[in-house]
Amino acid sequence: MRLRFVLSQTFQGLSRNLAMTVSVILVTFVSLTFVGAAALLQIQVGNLKNDWYDKVEVSAFMCPANSATPACAGGEATQEQVDAIGELLASESMAPYVDEVYLESKEDAFEAFQEQMADTVWAQSLTVEQMQVSYRVKLVDPEQYQIVADELEGRPGVEVVVDQREQLEPLFLILNRTTLLSVGLAGVMIVTAVLLITTTIRLSAMSRRRETGIMRLVGASNLFIQLPFMLEGAIAALIGAVLSVGGLFLGVRYLVEDWLAGSTPWVQFVDTGDVLTVAPFLVLAAILLAGISSIVTLGRYTKV
Amino acid sequence: MIRFENVSKVYARGARPALDQISLEIERGEFVFLVGASGSGKSTFLNLVLRQERPTSGQIYALGKELSQVSRWKVPHLRRQIGTVFQDFQLLSNKTVFENVAIAPQVIGKPRHHILTAVPEVLELVGLDGKEKRLPHELSGGEQQRVAIARAMVNRPAVLLADEPTGNLDPTTSIGIMRLLDRINRTGTTIVMATHDDEIVDQMRKRVVELSGGVMVRDQSRGVYGASR
Repeated sequence: MRLRFVLSQTFQGLSRNLAMTVSVILVTFVSLTFVGAAALLQIQVGNLKNDWYDKVEVSAFMCPANSATPACAGGEATQEQVDAIGELLASESMAPYVDEVYLESKEDAFEAFQEQMADTVWAQSLTVEQMQVSYRVKLVDPEQYQIVADELEGRPGVEVVVDQREQLEPLFLILNRTTLLSVGLAGVMIVTAVLLITTTIRLSAMSRRRETGIMRLVGASNLFIQLPFMLEGAIAALIGAVLSVGGLFLGVRYLVEDWLAGSTPWVQFVDTGDVLTVAPFLVLAAILLAGISSIVTLGRYTKV
Repeated sequence: MIRFENVSKVYARGARPALDQISLEIERGEFVFLVGASGSGKSTFLNLVLRQERPTSGQIYALGKELSQVSRWKVPHLRRQIGTVFQDFQLLSNKTVFENVAIAPQVIGKPRHHILTAVPEVLELVGLDGKEKRLPHELSGGEQQRVAIARAMVNRPAVLLADEPTGNLDPTTSIGIMRLLDRINRTGTTIVMATHDDEIVDQMRKRVVELSGGVMVRDQSRGVYGASR
């Protein structure tokens, strides 16, 4: 009896302020879509890092003949210098950072170059002697690039140390900036949502003041009086959350899985599974949003 | 049933107290008129019993409890044992007579079958049987007040507080309402009624407590409205 009474009150409230209910739903929908998009972008960044950081290496190029770099003023790196770097990389002090070391000789470099640049004028004009020796170092943790680079740079015979990761940085920068933008917009929308839910609940409480006054007089508990209002906010916010999950799901399904993943198959994109991982958090966020708003608002209507 | 011990209520600091050192006891089953001019403290008295207000000093006992000891979340339980009736009826205009009365058992979680028997019973008690489906605006003032009394009585409270229940009614209708209240009182319900209506008070010959400027100036059993008469 009680539950039915509370629910009938709730739906009365929802339909009485239909325009407000719809606006709460829409604002929650938009704000949670931004939150979800930010989460998906971060998952995407994580995917890419996992994928690519395994493949990236730090390359230490040894001085070639006729280098113009000041570090190579002493001419081409000697065999002793090459060996010294090899020993350093294999030494115990570098062991925590270095996973694997691979020495690419001039011949290896030439072959790889020929393969990559086959049928170009560059491939035909280069000789083995023009190539340079390099160390390809795979790091235990790609983030610790700087430590290894500091150790190698400036050593005799080392021309330059290159972190392949650097080439990926602009992409990550764009993704992170987009996340930030998304979080910022989500923040603004969430503030709007909280204000709107607060106003809606207040309006609803005002329009039913007489009723709640009578209920209080005949001994209804605070929870009983407040529950319909809380449920009103929660139901509207939940519908918004469900819409945003639906929107993200469709977006990922058609934009990412069908289109992006189809055109660039070598990148691992987020999929609808990731959307479903994010979904419970969005729903939880909606409940929190509505819950906090109603507690803040109804605190003023709880005077017994 | 209700006991006031040196109760004072001051609304604003420095202002004249709305109630000043009131002490009185109302026994179970009594019918008490609370009389006095507007602003004499009658409504404050009723609000204190309902714990809508708290006294500035002194103790109030109602239904065996000292009210300042009743925690906020227990207040609804207290109110379930006190029925209230007002001058302006306080009915919900979009609900039928039945629904207006049923709201009281509904909000305290009574089962449906209980409501389906208790509401017609109490409507019969107040003389409104057959009008369950009417809306408040389709009823006369006296009938609306009967609905309000039915709502106050449906949960069988031990005490009924009435704040000028006949204030909006003509004399004939008022007599009908008073007969009803008298009948309710005879079944054991304690009634405290604040009123201006001297004719009614004089006719009923019940205990009269007179307030003037927040001070109790008279407490007379089988009294009349004006002490001089």
